[in-house]
Amino acid sequence: MTGMTRRDILHCAAGGAVLLAVRPAAATPAAMQEAIRQVVGSARLTPGRMQLSVPPLSENGNTVPCTVTVESAMTAQDHVKAIHIFNEKNPQPNVISMQLGPRAGRASVSTRIRLSETQTVTAIAQMSDGSFRSHSANVIVTQGACLEDTP
Amino acid sequence: MSRALISVPPKAKKGEVVQIKALIQHVMETGFRPNSSGVLLPRDIITSFKCLYNGTEVFACEMFPAMAANPFLTFHTLATESGTLEFQWTGDNGFSVKESAKIQVE
Repeated sequence: MTGMTRRDILHCAAGGAVLLAVRPAAATPAAMQEAIRQVVGSARLTPGRMQLSVPPLSENGNTVPCTVTVESAMTAQDHVKAIHIFNEKNPQPNVISMQLGPRAGRASVSTRIRLSETQTVTAIAQMSDGSFRSHSANVIVTQGACLEDTP
Repeated sequence: MSRALISVPPKAKKGEVVQIKALIQHVMETGFRPNSSGVLLPRDIITSFKCLYNGTEVFACEMFPAMAANPFLTFHTLATESGTLEFQWTGDNGFSVKESAKIQVE
C-alpha cells in the first residue's frame, strides 16, 4: 500500500503535538533583528573592529561566559557609548544593555549569559560618533537553559 | 539578603585603567520556566546595575532574563582620584543591594 496509513497519520499528529508542547514561545531571528533595529534605528551596522568572544561549544546553556571588546581610544571625542548583546532563540531577544563612556578607559566587558539552544549571539557597539558596529558568533549548546524543571 | 562580591584593586596609579568585577547572588528566575506541577514560575530578576565613582556614574547596565543566575560583570574604569566606588543592583520584587569599595589613587 502506498501513501500514509491511518497509523502514520496518527504518529505524525502525536509527534507534532509533542513538538508544539515542548517548545515554549521563542524569539526568532526576525525578533532579534527587530530588537536590534530598536536600538540602532535607521543607522547602518558595520561588522568588525570589535570582538564577541564566546566558547564555540557550551555544555551548559545556563551559564555561557562571553566577553565583548571594542577597538576604541576611549577619549572624550571617540568612545563607546553602549554595548548590547542579543540572542536569536531564547524566549526574548535581549540579553543585556551596557552603558559605557570615556571614563571606562577600555571598552571591554564580560558577563555570563543563558542560551536555550544552539544559536547565534550578536553584540552591537554604539559609538560616540553615532555609528554602530556588530559582531556575531555561533554557540553550540549541548544542554539548554530554561527548560529543565526546578530541583 | 544577597551576598555581593566585588573586586577592585585597592591601589592604582592616576590614569591607569583598572578592572572591576562584581558578582551578586541571585536566582534570576526567567519567568519562562514551569515548576514541577507545570505552572510558570513568576519572573524574579535583577533589572539594572550601576557603578558610581565618587558619585559619577561610570558603568550601568540593564539586564534581561537571559542573564545567567548570580550575575557576574567585568568592566573597566580610569583611576582618576582616590575615593569610593559604589555599586547598586535593583530588580523585581523590590530587590535593592548596595555595596562599596575604596580605591587609593597615587
